[in-house]
Amino acid sequence: MNDFSFHAPESLKEALELLSNYDGDARVMSGGTALMLLLKQSLVNPDHLISLHRVAEARAIQVTDGVLRVGGLVTQREMELSPVVREATPLLANAYSRVATVRIRNAATVGGGLAQADPAMDPPPSLLILNASVKVMSASGERVIPIADWYSDYYETTINEDEIVTELLVPVQPTDMAWTYIKYLPRTEDDYATVSVAALGKAVNGKVSEVRIGLGAVSSTALRASDLEAALQGADATFNVLKEASQAIADIVDPTSDPRGSADYKRDMSVVFARRALQQVLGVKD
Amino acid sequence: MTSTPIKQSVHVIVNGKPYSAEVPTYRTLVDFLRYDLGLTGTKETCSVGVCGACTVVLDGKMVSSCLTFAVRVDGSEIGTIEGVANGAELHPVQQAFIDNGGFQCGACTPGQIMAAKTLLEENPHPTEGEIKAFMMGNLCRCTGYYQIIDSIKAAAEQM
Repeated sequence: MNDFSFHAPESLKEALELLSNYDGDARVMSGGTALMLLLKQSLVNPDHLISLHRVAEARAIQVTDGVLRVGGLVTQREMELSPVVREATPLLANAYSRVATVRIRNAATVGGGLAQADPAMDPPPSLLILNASVKVMSASGERVIPIADWYSDYYETTINEDEIVTELLVPVQPTDMAWTYIKYLPRTEDDYATVSVAALGKAVNGKVSEVRIGLGAVSSTALRASDLEAALQGADATFNVLKEASQAIADIVDPTSDPRGSADYKRDMSVVFARRALQQVLGVKD
Repeated sequence: MTSTPIKQSVHVIVNGKPYSAEVPTYRTLVDFLRYDLGLTGTKETCSVGVCGACTVVLDGKMVSSCLTFAVRVDGSEIGTIEGVANGAELHPVQQAFIDNGGFQCGACTPGQIMAAKTLLEENPHPTEGEIKAFMMGNLCRCTGYYQIIDSIKAAAEQM
């Protein structure tokens, strides 16, 4: 591992000043579970490491004006267990509960996960369909980025080098829509998925009233299947309609072959798991 | 890596006892425990946070010591396998692993014990499903896991 200076600022202001001063030569660490792997493989070689473990801010979870607000330094284990998150966005609490293992969730943070942006992570499909947004801060101010504009490529986001993720904003989940988060794990329960699907849906009198669907692990970023959502609006909520409509997923995913499946297999499984998720949230039997 | 690495001092309480050392910033917590403090009970096997062998308790939360820098724990309290027994008297979790065949080669055992102890402190009477969900991150290549689950159930009865 490369040699680096280690900094433990006690406030966001101090952390942002360090980040600004070292201008591109620094990396920010929160839980460290992901960055540590990049450091060990020398994929990143910063001269300065700025650890946020002493920062007291950005650790609150609250709901105000119909929006769940989660500090960037809240751990993923806290997201799983928080009664506030479970009440406001049960889908999101479930998605965080499915990340890796308890030991990893104890360290990994919400902000760290957003910045890491691995397309196979559990939360992104849910964040996409819940219309979340990300608040980032730099020494010169803050801005809010809709989640649809956040993930830009493998491990890439639209954050700037001098910014830190300080808050996740999530509109309270509609209580009249059913939800699910399913993932296909052919190897082990704590592995990254071959494909993961989050969905919200409501059927009234046998017709699709509203449906939202997001996919993870099958493209350079998590995806929202907006065209499929629009196509299903008002459609008959039947097995054959959902099976037919789900074929459209094959055209929007762009998976890579790896030990979790070949690209072709992942594309096929994306269609299958999308259909299953839609069946679950629309109450449609096989 | 430079010939004279950047070093920082680390002051920690490990198993109730204070320790101080000057270490390179890139020193992982597992290496710090083993090589700087001589506490070799904690094992490193996968080095990427998957296997659970290096599990320790950092300020009350179990973490992977292979994914934590020693300089990060300055001022913290750490619990390791060396602090589990009370002198010659084994902790109920340790005794239960012996009584129920919860280990064979022993490489994963310190991590299994630390995780099982943490589980039972958080949830004194876990169901089998809760045991499996909590212990999922601690791999064992000998026992086939059933004896580990039996050990934890037995320990829960004793605690």
